[in-house]
Amino acid sequence: MAAVDAADTHEHDDHSHDHAPFIAHHFDSARQQFDSGKLGIWVFLVTEVLFFSGLFVAYTLYRFHNPEVCQQAHYFLDTMLGAANTVVLLFSSLTVALAVRAAQLENHRQVVINVVITIACAAFFLGVKAVEYSHKWDMGLLPAGYFSFTWPQHHHEGISGWLIMLCIVPTVLTVLSLAAGLFLWFTDSRLWGSFWILLAIGLSGFLIGAVGAQLYQSSSLAPELRIDEVAAVTGHIAESKDHQDGHSGEAHLSGTHSPSETSKNDSTDSMKGGDGENQTAEKSHDAAAVAETENDAEAHAADAATGPPEFLENRIGVFFSIYYCMTGLHAIHIIGGIIFLAWLLFRSLRKDWRSDFYGPVEYVGLYWHLVDLIWIYLFPLFYLIN
Amino acid sequence: MAHNSHDSSSFAHPAPLRLLIVVFVILVGLTVLTVVAAKSELPVGRFEVWVAMGIATIKAALVAAIFMHLWWDKPFNIIVFLSSLIFVSLFVGFTLTDSIQYRDQVEIYPNDELPPKPVNPYQASDPGE
Repeated sequence: MAAVDAADTHEHDDHSHDHAPFIAHHFDSARQQFDSGKLGIWVFLVTEVLFFSGLFVAYTLYRFHNPEVCQQAHYFLDTMLGAANTVVLLFSSLTVALAVRAAQLENHRQVVINVVITIACAAFFLGVKAVEYSHKWDMGLLPAGYFSFTWPQHHHEGISGWLIMLCIVPTVLTVLSLAAGLFLWFTDSRLWGSFWILLAIGLSGFLIGAVGAQLYQSSSLAPELRIDEVAAVTGHIAESKDHQDGHSGEAHLSGTHSPSETSKNDSTDSMKGGDGENQTAEKSHDAAAVAETENDAEAHAADAATGPPEFLENRIGVFFSIYYCMTGLHAIHIIGGIIFLAWLLFRSLRKDWRSDFYGPVEYVGLYWHLVDLIWIYLFPLFYLIN
Repeated sequence: MAHNSHDSSSFAHPAPLRLLIVVFVILVGLTVLTVVAAKSELPVGRFEVWVAMGIATIKAALVAAIFMHLWWDKPFNIIVFLSSLIFVSLFVGFTLTDSIQYRDQVEIYPNDELPPKPVNPYQASDPGE
């Protein structure tokens, strides 16, 4: 406080005495400017927490009332991909903290390196997310209302059409910024050139993440979706429900599968542009899946007519609505974070930071840590349900 | 931390490098722990959610205290941040206690039956549908 007071008295004596160029004219000192900005960013983070809390309430209520749906849904979420993304985000949090530290110490080179690594981690996260999303869309695991699940066929591999669509924009951005960077580097401005080249390096993390996750997804490491496991969850529930319901097993058998078959054809049409081979392959597989379900039902038939999974059409779509809302909103925050980090990258290359002026690095860092904090809660809530 | 109050340019407190890296290692370790706890068949049963949430809260506290510098920050910023958590817990708590009241009605939905038609006390008669 003494420092502020001292600066205060100085200010009134001579207005331009120690007023550094980075201090806005309505602030007395660098410290006051920094503290005001920091309070502002904390208030913003509070609004962010409250903003997300609405979705957390939706999740809590849904899980509270439908524990078995969440239990079933967890078979469709790959824990390893989620855990990998968690570690990547934690690492990006570390690099942002290191960037703040480097800015405080006026080590510009380290700020640049850490910010680029952070951008790369953010892009990597989104790349993994793109693989997860496209995999779900292929299976018809869409929000309620569009939900049309079909069992995936593991023999038909290849890259999802959705994944290619999701990769278009990041790839174009990476290539364009690399081209612009090289052009500027050799012609006009080293500063802008290095900025765009480093940004391209960071954004290329998206493709690395997408390729890595896709390789994992199509390898034998990825857990196979087993219909009997998923059905077993509903098996128990169907048993308890049959006491109220009477014998509705056969009705469910015809009721749940015929709509899913018709809607499946629609979804594959729009997805792959009516690829004939895929459709026949899918149909035969679907038939096999139905047969498998029947076998499963027969296996359970001894104990009071448990139907096949009658879960999917009914309520699990709402789970995926919540999943897409929460992870999607989080992904939007990651995209926003990349934009802010790119701005930091440029200013770091311009060597703007001083030990008494590193506020922007700190503020973006705080925002980035909050994005990490939200993911710390999202990860166990969605990927670790048992 | 050197806190020179004579110079306004010394308010930066760089966090110790080793501390940051140790915290990162602990965070990764806790992530592994929470995955292992969820995958194993430990007899935690229905407390599993609370174990996972507890580990997440420890991780969140570490990130907030060390990475976000709240440990060294002014108390006012800490109060501002914690106040948001208080309001979140009020939000979750009141909504949950309220929804418990309607639990029976919610559980009617799964069986593809229509929920009982709500009665609107202000509408005397229903115009024919």
